[in-house]
Amino acid sequence: MIRNLRFRKRNSVSMARRILTPVIFVLLAFVFCGFLLAAVGSNPLAVYARMMKTVCSYSGLTRSIEAGIPLMLTGLAVSFGYRMNLNNIGADGQYALGSLFCIGFALYGPVMPAPLKILCMFLVSMLGGALAALIAAFPKAKWGVNETILTMMLNYIFLYVMDFLMYGPWKERNQMVAQTRAIREKYWLPDLGSSGINSVLLVVIAIAVLLYFFHTRTTWGYEMEVIRQSPRAAQYAGMSVAKATLLVLCASGAIAGLAGFAQVAGIIHRVQANLPNGAGYTGIVIAFLAGLNPLVVLLVGFLFGALQISAVAVQLIGVPSQVATMIQGTIMLFVVAGEFFNRYELVGRKK
Amino acid sequence: MSTTLLISIISTAVVYAATVLYAAVGEIFSQRAGIMNLGLEGIMLMGAVSGYMVAVYRQNLVLAMLVVILVGAALGLVFSFLTVTMQADQTVSGMAMLTFGTGLSGFLGKGVSGVNANLAFEPIAIPVLSRVPVLGPSLFDQNILVYLMYLIIPLSMIYLYKTRAGMILRALGENPAALDSAGYNVFALRYAYVTFGSIMTAVSGAVVSLAYTNFWSDGMTSGKGWIAVALVVFSAWNPLTATFGALLFGAISIIGIDVQTVFPQVPSQVFSALPYVATIIALIFTTGNFRGRRSAAPAALTIPYDREKR
Repeated sequence: MIRNLRFRKRNSVSMARRILTPVIFVLLAFVFCGFLLAAVGSNPLAVYARMMKTVCSYSGLTRSIEAGIPLMLTGLAVSFGYRMNLNNIGADGQYALGSLFCIGFALYGPVMPAPLKILCMFLVSMLGGALAALIAAFPKAKWGVNETILTMMLNYIFLYVMDFLMYGPWKERNQMVAQTRAIREKYWLPDLGSSGINSVLLVVIAIAVLLYFFHTRTTWGYEMEVIRQSPRAAQYAGMSVAKATLLVLCASGAIAGLAGFAQVAGIIHRVQANLPNGAGYTGIVIAFLAGLNPLVVLLVGFLFGALQISAVAVQLIGVPSQVATMIQGTIMLFVVAGEFFNRYELVGRKK
Repeated sequence: MSTTLLISIISTAVVYAATVLYAAVGEIFSQRAGIMNLGLEGIMLMGAVSGYMVAVYRQNLVLAMLVVILVGAALGLVFSFLTVTMQADQTVSGMAMLTFGTGLSGFLGKGVSGVNANLAFEPIAIPVLSRVPVLGPSLFDQNILVYLMYLIIPLSMIYLYKTRAGMILRALGENPAALDSAGYNVFALRYAYVTFGSIMTAVSGAVVSLAYTNFWSDGMTSGKGWIAVALVVFSAWNPLTATFGALLFGAISIIGIDVQTVFPQVPSQVFSALPYVATIIALIFTTGNFRGRRSAAPAALTIPYDREKR
């Protein structure tokens, strides 16, 4: 007979369990959101069916990728930082500054041959993101100031900078919308053949692969892991934790800044007010769900892109588009709770 | 400076302080108990939206506050369950609370977004006291949530530093194992303080939507939850110091609006960004460990209590 149910720590976690547990808890999150949808008077099954229908088509696929690209980049940015326990929740602001640097250079910078210009746009958007992160990275590395609060405060500041430029000096003339004019067509990254998918996706995939090899195959990646596990041990081993903190946070910002490049060179070819639209926060959820693995971030980023476009589609049947953020938040909450079952198992003492 | 301007600055600074102080005091208690809740912004939004919804649909402020307290308690229990029982990473759990609260509040609040409730906590002038020059009209012609805050600050100071329960609370964040050995239930105490912190945070949100801006829109607490987290850190976990910090922020944000009318050529975004810039500067100067200064953080903060690891 089984009595006295209790939790026991697992000694090891199988690969299957590591994948299955989050999947089950994501499904539970959808069930929970279904109740909430029902509570506000929608039919959850109809809503979910409509969402699936939106995504399961070729145009749904390409639009999910398009919406997912900035999310993949912010997801990569957040997971890169968290690999060293640095909580960069400023990807929104870094994305904003990256996009501003990129559009500023594209519209007002020197005229150049297209490949060179695009390369420079790539670099300046990384620079923008890195600078945005540096303002938090320096006090963190030098004086140990809490990077979570710093990066968060910077989000608001950079979004105000963006707001100022979009409604002010950089606003497209004779237009109602707060946005810049489009960049010249010769600076656009081409689509992949006639697929309708922009080639900037390859850039994102390349970065994820590079990051994967960085973590698994390089000394720097190894040093990051040592610092994550024990900053003190790393210090004794002669690693400079402060320097690593500075570099990792700035690199994380640079990756988030690239989301600006992806938009300007690949997707919308201009910058609009509030372009990041919370991508930095979604990036946190993505990074966590992907277990900080850059390759998995690509997949999860794509799925969250699909979630966003399907949330826009269900607006037509009277569901607020905020349903996407609600589902994201619920997923995050449920998966955090689910983590527990990877570490513990329920056992009953046999009598 | 004219007297009316001075009165308006002080009185707005006080209301602003109330919007962040409930959350800051709650978080001080929670962190003193050893649990860091970074999801304040999300909980605040849930408090703001639930209070506002009741105000719109039921036209009853007492009921609104009851619902806000219930919502805060529910979210607090969820957060305690994650961090105390399940021993989940507190930063990650905080992020989960943040995204959950932001998303759910936006979803639920769609119906009342931009709707005027025609109902808010109105200022009540206290007889005699409100006639004191300058300080009277700015401090004693406020709404009831601000008056309640006047009580909560000294009470929380007395509780923390002068009572036995407060001493146990401080020990909870410094050395939970010792408390456990002395026969106290560490888990139950942490549940209680985290839930208390969450209720206070939800009330903070309600102060924003029902006594400060008097409307609801998506993400309308605009970082006040984070400013509360910052206040906790740079007050060195002391409610009284946090109060001065909150008043300072209130003054900065209101003075920004007044200065703006004097310098119309400066873009308005500069003034809107001021409180965030101030938070960054204050945080660096008060919490940076220059020349090896030690942090005043509770020793067991963010470390889940695990009896097997005693």
